[in-house]
Amino acid sequence: MSEEHYLELCGNPVQFENASSVNNVFFDEANKQVFAVRSGGATGVVVKGPDDKSSVAFRMDDKGEVKCIKFSFGNKILAVQRTSKSVEFINFIPDLLHLEYSQECKTKNASILGFCWTNWNEIVFITDQGIEFYQVLPDKRSLKLQKSQSINVNWYMYCPVTSVILLSTTVLGNMLQPFFFRSGTMSKISKFEIELPVVSKPAKLSLSERDIAMATIYGQLYVMYLKHHSRAVNNPGAEVVLYHLPREGTCKKMHVLKLNTTGKFALNVVDNLVVVHHQSSQTSMIFDIKLRDTDSSTLSVHQPVVPARSIHPYKIPLTGPPAVTTATPVPCELYSSTWSVFQPDIIISASEGYLWYLQVKLQPVVNLMKDKGKLMDFLLQRRDCKMVIVSVCFQMLNGPDKSNLSVIATVFDKLNQVYKEYLEAEQSYTMAVETGQSRGNPAQKRPVRTQAVIDQSDMYTHVLSQFTEKVDVSHKFIIAVLMEYIRSLNQFQITVQHYLYELVIKTLVHHNLFYMLHQFLQYHVLSDSKPLACLLLSLESTYPPAHQLSLDMLKRLSTANDEIVEVLLSKHQVLGALRFIRGVGGHDNISARKFLDAAKQTREEMLFYTIFRFFEQRNQRIRGSPHFTPGEHCEEHVAYFKQVFGEQALMKPTAS
Amino acid sequence: MISPRMATGAQEKQYPASLLNFFVYNPKFGPKEGEEEKKILFYHPNEVEKNEKIRNVGLCEAIIQFTRTFCPTKPAKSLHTQKNRQFFCEPEENFWMVMVVRNPMIEKNKDGKPVVEYQEEEILDSVYSSVLQQCYSMYKLFNGTFARTMEAGGVDLLKQRLEKFFYRYLQTLHLQSCDLLDIFSGISFFPLDKMTYLKIQSFVNRMEESLNLVKYTAFLYNDQLIWSGLEQDDMRILYKYLTTSLFPRHSEPELAGRDSPMRLEMAGNLLHYGRFLTGPSNLKDPEAKFRFPKIFVNTENTYEELHLIVYKAMSAAVCFMINTSVELTREFCEQLDSLVGPQLTLLASDICEQYSINRRISGPEKEPQFKFIYFNHMNLAEKSTIHMRKTASVSLTSVHPELMKILGDINSDFSRVDDDEEIIVKAMTDYWIVGKKSDQRELYVILNQKNANLIEVNEEVKKLCATQFNNIFFLD
Repeated sequence: MSEEHYLELCGNPVQFENASSVNNVFFDEANKQVFAVRSGGATGVVVKGPDDKSSVAFRMDDKGEVKCIKFSFGNKILAVQRTSKSVEFINFIPDLLHLEYSQECKTKNASILGFCWTNWNEIVFITDQGIEFYQVLPDKRSLKLQKSQSINVNWYMYCPVTSVILLSTTVLGNMLQPFFFRSGTMSKISKFEIELPVVSKPAKLSLSERDIAMATIYGQLYVMYLKHHSRAVNNPGAEVVLYHLPREGTCKKMHVLKLNTTGKFALNVVDNLVVVHHQSSQTSMIFDIKLRDTDSSTLSVHQPVVPARSIHPYKIPLTGPPAVTTATPVPCELYSSTWSVFQPDIIISASEGYLWYLQVKLQPVVNLMKDKGKLMDFLLQRRDCKMVIVSVCFQMLNGPDKSNLSVIATVFDKLNQVYKEYLEAEQSYTMAVETGQSRGNPAQKRPVRTQAVIDQSDMYTHVLSQFTEKVDVSHKFIIAVLMEYIRSLNQFQITVQHYLYELVIKTLVHHNLFYMLHQFLQYHVLSDSKPLACLLLSLESTYPPAHQLSLDMLKRLSTANDEIVEVLLSKHQVLGALRFIRGVGGHDNISARKFLDAAKQTREEMLFYTIFRFFEQRNQRIRGSPHFTPGEHCEEHVAYFKQVFGEQALMKPTAS
Repeated sequence: MISPRMATGAQEKQYPASLLNFFVYNPKFGPKEGEEEKKILFYHPNEVEKNEKIRNVGLCEAIIQFTRTFCPTKPAKSLHTQKNRQFFCEPEENFWMVMVVRNPMIEKNKDGKPVVEYQEEEILDSVYSSVLQQCYSMYKLFNGTFARTMEAGGVDLLKQRLEKFFYRYLQTLHLQSCDLLDIFSGISFFPLDKMTYLKIQSFVNRMEESLNLVKYTAFLYNDQLIWSGLEQDDMRILYKYLTTSLFPRHSEPELAGRDSPMRLEMAGNLLHYGRFLTGPSNLKDPEAKFRFPKIFVNTENTYEELHLIVYKAMSAAVCFMINTSVELTREFCEQLDSLVGPQLTLLASDICEQYSINRRISGPEKEPQFKFIYFNHMNLAEKSTIHMRKTASVSLTSVHPELMKILGDINSDFSRVDDDEEIIVKAMTDYWIVGKKSDQRELYVILNQKNANLIEVNEEVKKLCATQFNNIFFLD
């Protein structure tokens, strides 16, 4: 059976000491650090980050139970919250005092719900009565209030990537107030309301923070709301509602993800896909908001991209000295109730002491998705898509489940759409750089080439050249596929590289389909180029008309007059060559020797006479004398001329 | 058959060249005396008395035998006499085809008595030899080779097929209007931009894949070829059949249907204009027969027998060729109709649109000072501004037959040598005629410039080449 688990836990999890009565574990989403605090810090705090650099261990005095602990960016300052009134700070900057300093919240009688670092030295306190934005002055070991706002807060949520804090306000809790922070400023974004399935009476807090998550998907910030199935309405299942939260303007309900089931869910965002874990069925499903099922402009409803599957079975590697690890790795319990899920792609099992990043595997999705067009839409949006796309293309052309031509055409068009967009971006960048340099403008950003850009050389190397060598595929199909690819490139006005044409020609020649080749050339489907013209010339012995096709092509190129002369001379068409070069006005610069050689080879004396006379006249016109200069190396021909026609036949210099 | 043409003089009557006899024989079939009749496989006109048939066949045999003594490999191709001209051709070993053409004549009234003058030099060997050759090619297209027929059903079957085919075909030979184009027997290609051409390619490939029975496909627009999956020689004769016989027969409903389509099919909301030119004329007819003409291609090697399906939507026509071992059913035809109809309709309007765009870019075509015929032996491409659109009955030319004859003469000169050549002729009627041969291409230009001299004519032709043929290599 082909692999169908399209989600997996990363192979190198961050390992930490599991939570216990003496060890408290905290996770900071901003720095992705896990804090293991033993005995309030007295016996050690171990911080594990995504890499070794962000991992530290230290001790601090046990001043009561730690409620929250986070480093500022770059591990500069540590903030610890132990009470609901104040937060303590410890400098981790070398040369600065390591002693704790404390900051109480400014609002009287307020209790601190939590805090978030928005910069290495900027912190926001969220209290039940509002938010307070501070600047930390580590050298003075004090904080300075920058700004504050009074507002009743039920709970809050922080998105570190975008520096947006979301506050749940009002009695029902469904009025969300976002704030945006940037280098010392705090700005309010217009608030919005989450539509609740039922409004409870009497009014009570109805929107839980468990049902809200924030993440950036395709570069845009979304507030994801897990809307549970309401019993009152005949609703098939829960759904995730995505509210787009732009930096300016109002928040809009944009997407609805249909879960078609009920129960406990958790959300992740991986590679711009929304992953919804369903605990009772122990499966997860993925949604791609760029794949549109319905074409409504305002609200799009999405079904899972592929059927729900569980995360790939995972075995915990046993660590320890090699001698001890004889036992087989222990299977890990997936979808455990002790799991905590964080945005965007983090799953933590505090009881086992692991932090995993969730990953999407593309190959299983390929196996599950039959519609190749939709599959391409999906793959083109993924980060590590190139090799998968290439292999899908290859499989599409081969084997028992090869696709039909219209599907192949659709796929090629989708690939080339992306390819063209990249080329255009690249081109306008180059233009901007060129014009910008002359005007001294700062250069604009160079477009990023994502893996989704599958260019002609990729297709040639990984797909087409191998495909055309297959013996079990009919040549009709091979040619149809190549032409389809060329058609698609042309449709997007992408210049076709000549190696693709060579592939077409090679295939046609290999199957003796010269008439087909002739027709393609006749309609200029294979664009003119010198290499192509030379290739055609080489085919002349097997297919004589190739000679004419090649000459026509050289003529159209209009930069290949020398080549035309060579071709004609090789065919002993000396007069033709001379008339041609005279016709294009190049006869003053040609080598007399070359033409005389060719004329002599024909063994036609009159032809030799004519050619010889032509050059005598040219000499007369250019140099005022019919004689050849020594540099032209024509002595042998002069002698031959004299021998055949006599000395008196030589042209006499005309006195000027 | 003979329709006298009134010439300048009121008393003069002109009779164009006409077909006198046409016969097929095999000298091996009745070698003994008294069995001569067995040699004759087909004879036109059939009413001719038996002994005369035998005599005529015997004469041809004798001439060929006699001329063989001079050149064993190249016996006589034609025999010129005062009243007629005979053309011989041996398309298959020992099978001879002979066509006897009566020379054009002028009936003059001398002293109240009609006197007939034969114009012995008016007709060209090359033209009528080609016509004879075409007769065979056309026969072979629909019946296969003589030898294969003999294998299949002996001489009786062969006689039957010859009779059936030539009885009708000979009536469509219009010997009086044969000219240079019959020698070329070329193919007119539809000018098209690359993108539209690729779309057609894509269409053809998809259709061949969906209707997986299809072996070969040809695509035409406006009676001009765009794509041929058949080899060149087979396409050449099929093209001739399509453009001179099949399409003209169906052109009338097409013209009438421009504003009010004859048949609008609903296929998934898409209107289409597709219809079968061969096979069933109406798919809805419960009595409809799903029989298509059979054609024979690649007779030299693989010898394939194919159903010929010609399907047309607006000006676009597709020929699908399917092996005759497959029986074509109503279901297949319906599938083809529903699949090809809408797409071909769309494609046809695409081509039409693209074509008119291209025409607009190239500017309105001015009536040029000259008329020309172009032919490329390599791809059989022909182009003529001398000939009007071909109809079923005659191919109309816009120039005097006298000039056409000069073109034919120049062509005969060209065919004698391999080198590139140029011939300039000043005709009696102030016309200049220029023939150019460069590599495998031939160009014939008729200029109507009364007082032009040779140099000016040469310049004119250079200009013409630069404008009309700038994208090919044409030595001047």
